[in-house]
Amino acid sequence: MARVVLVTGVSRDLGSRFARLLAADPAVDRVLGVDVVPPRHDLGGAEFVRVDLRSPVVSRVLAREEVDTVAHLNVISTPQHAGGRATMKEINVIGTMQLLAACQRLPSVRKVVVKSSTTVYGASPDDPAMFTEDMEPRSSPQSGFAKDAVEVEGYVRGFARRRPDVAVTTLRFANVIGSRVRTPMTRYFTMPVVPTVLGFDARLQFTHEDDLLEALRHATVSQAPGTFNIAGDGILMLSQAIRRMGRPAAPVPAFAVATFGQAFRAARLADFTPEQLSYLTYGRGVDTTRMREELGFKPTYTTAEAFETFASAHEPGLMSDERIRNAEDGIAAFLGVRDASEGVPQRHG
Amino acid sequence: MADSSEAKVIPIRGHHAGANAGSSEVPDAGAAHSIPDTLRDTAGALAKGIASRFLGDDWQGKVAAGLAFTRRRLTGDYQVDDLGFDPDLTENVLMALLRPLYQSWFRVEVRGIENIPEVGGALIVANHSGTLPLDGLMTHLAVHDTHPNRRHVRMLGADLVFRMPFISELARKGGTTLACNEDAERLLTSGELVAVFPEGYKGLGKPFSERYKLQRFGRGGFVAAALRTGVPIVPCSIVGAEEAYPLLGNVEPLARLLGVPYLPITPTLPWLGPLGLIPLPSKWIIAFGEPVSTEAYDSDAAEDPMLVFDLTDQVRETIQHTLYALLLDRPDAF
Repeated sequence: MARVVLVTGVSRDLGSRFARLLAADPAVDRVLGVDVVPPRHDLGGAEFVRVDLRSPVVSRVLAREEVDTVAHLNVISTPQHAGGRATMKEINVIGTMQLLAACQRLPSVRKVVVKSSTTVYGASPDDPAMFTEDMEPRSSPQSGFAKDAVEVEGYVRGFARRRPDVAVTTLRFANVIGSRVRTPMTRYFTMPVVPTVLGFDARLQFTHEDDLLEALRHATVSQAPGTFNIAGDGILMLSQAIRRMGRPAAPVPAFAVATFGQAFRAARLADFTPEQLSYLTYGRGVDTTRMREELGFKPTYTTAEAFETFASAHEPGLMSDERIRNAEDGIAAFLGVRDASEGVPQRHG
Repeated sequence: MADSSEAKVIPIRGHHAGANAGSSEVPDAGAAHSIPDTLRDTAGALAKGIASRFLGDDWQGKVAAGLAFTRRRLTGDYQVDDLGFDPDLTENVLMALLRPLYQSWFRVEVRGIENIPEVGGALIVANHSGTLPLDGLMTHLAVHDTHPNRRHVRMLGADLVFRMPFISELARKGGTTLACNEDAERLLTSGELVAVFPEGYKGLGKPFSERYKLQRFGRGGFVAAALRTGVPIVPCSIVGAEEAYPLLGNVEPLARLLGVPYLPITPTLPWLGPLGLIPLPSKWIIAFGEPVSTEAYDSDAAEDPMLVFDLTDQVRETIQHTLYALLLDRPDAF
C-alpha cells in the first residue's frame, strides 16, 4: 500500500536505521528521509532531503514527490540533541504542526504514522497499574518531552478528525533500550552508582530498539489506524534493573531529589527532568493487548530481555553478578554448605 | 549432601573447605598449616556451631537457601508480575516476618477456608478495622497458610498507600495495587484472588466505641467489578483487629496538616513512643463465608444500580451478622 514514504528525523540514529529498514522493504518503492542536518549514518536505499520541518518547505517536498505515507519520528526526547529545551519544544510542536498542516492540504497522503511515547500517561500514585490506550492520564505531564508528546498527539488527533480518509497510527513506545541507543535512561543506568528515590520502587517497561523499528515498519506498511501502546512483555522494578546492571543504588530522600537532579544535570551526569523523576518514583505500566490483537504486532524481546541486551553491552559495575556469585561460593565454602537443589542456570556474565 | 558439596567446593577454597577437619590433613595439599589458615578453620568451626545452634539440624540447607536468596536479590534474578507483585520477596521475607505476629501474637484462627475457590478469580470482601491495616496483612497470611493451593491474596489499597515512601514499595511488592476498577477487573479476569475493604478509612479509623459496627460500604464499586468479571464474592469477617490498636482519639487538626485521614491516639501510641506501635495481643478470628455467586447475572448487570446496591447490602449484612456471632463465640478479646 505504501509506495512513497517520507520519514522525518533521519539524521538521528533510530531515524536513519528506520529509513534503511523501510528502503529494504519490498512493499515500499521510495523512501525520502528529511531532517535539518545531514544524517551521520548511511541511509541505505533512502534519499535524503534537507528540510527544516518548522518551515513550510516541507509541503513543497510532499507535493513534488507525491508522498502517500508520512512516518513522523522527529519528536525529540532530549534537549541536548536539539540544542536546548526551547529549540526542542519548537522542533517537536511547531515541526509537527507544520508537517500535519502540509499533509492536510495534500490529497496524495493516505497514511500518517507518528512515534509517540508512553510518557503521555504521566506517572503518579493515583495511576491504575496498567494504562490502556483509552485511559486518560491521572496527572498530565507538565513539562519537558512528555508535555510535547501530549501536545503532538493532540495535533495528530486534530488532523485525523479533519482528514478522516487518512489512516493515522500513533505508536506510544515505552522507553527504548538496547545495545546501541543512547537516551537519558541509558545514561542513568550506566552511572557507577545509580541514585533512586528513597522508599519508592518504580515499575518500568522497555521496548527493544529492534522492536521499535519493526513496530514502526509494521505500522507503515500495514493498515491499522488508531493509537497503540508498544512495550515488551512484563515489567522490571527499578531496583531490579539496577541490580541487573550490577550497580549499587543510592537512595535519596524525595525532598532532596530535586536538588540532586539539578546537581546531576549541571555535572552532565544524567538528565533528570521532573517528569522523569516522577516516572522513576511511581513508575508506569501500559497494557499492550491492543498492540497484539489489533495492530498485529508481537515484540521479539520482553522487557527483561530488552534490558538484558543493554546490560550485557556494558561493563557490570561494582556489584557484578560474578562477584556476588563468588561471594556466595566463598561464604558457602567457609561454612561447608552447598545447596544441591540450587541447579539454576547462570543467567548472564 | 556433604559428599557432593565437598566435590564442588574444593576447587575454590582448596583443602580448608572440607566439612570434616581430618580431610584437610591430607599431605597432597603441600605446605603445613599456617597461622591464618588455622584461624580461618577455627572461625569456620565457630560459625558452623553458631549456625547449627540457632537454625537447628537442617542448618546447612537453611544457610544455603538463605545465601541463594541473597544472591538472587542482589543480582536482580527474580520475577515480578505486571502489577509489581514480588512472590520471591513476599514468601521469603515479608510473610516470614509477619508469621510470628500471626501465629503467636494474634493466634489467628481461620474458619471457612473451603469457601475460597481452589483456582480462578474471586473477590474477598472484608470488614476493615484497627487503625493500621494489619487485617489486610493477616488475611493474606491466613489464606496463603491455610489454603490447600497456598494462594496469594491481592489487596486493593487506597491511593494514600502509594504516596507514602517505603509503604508504597512494600505494598506493591506484597501484591497490593490501587483500589480502582481497572486494577480490580484486571486481576479478577486473570484469575487472581482479590481482597477489598470497602469501608476504607471510615472503617479503619473509627473510634473504639464503634467497634465491629460496619460503616458504609463505599459506592458498591466492588460488586460492580465482580459482576463485570463474573467472579464470586466471598464475605470475610475479621474479629480481633479492633482491639489491636483501640482508637481512643483522633488529633484531627494535625491529621489534616499532615494530609492523613486521622492521627490516632491509642492506649499506647503517643505515650510509649515507637513502642506504642506494637499492637495489643488480641485474639483474632478470620472467617470466610459462603460465596455469593454472580454467574447468574450477565455483564450488563453491573450497570443496574439497584442490583448493585442490593448485592452490596447482602454482603454487608452477612459480614455484620457473622461478626456478632464470632464475637459471642470468642472467649476473650485477648
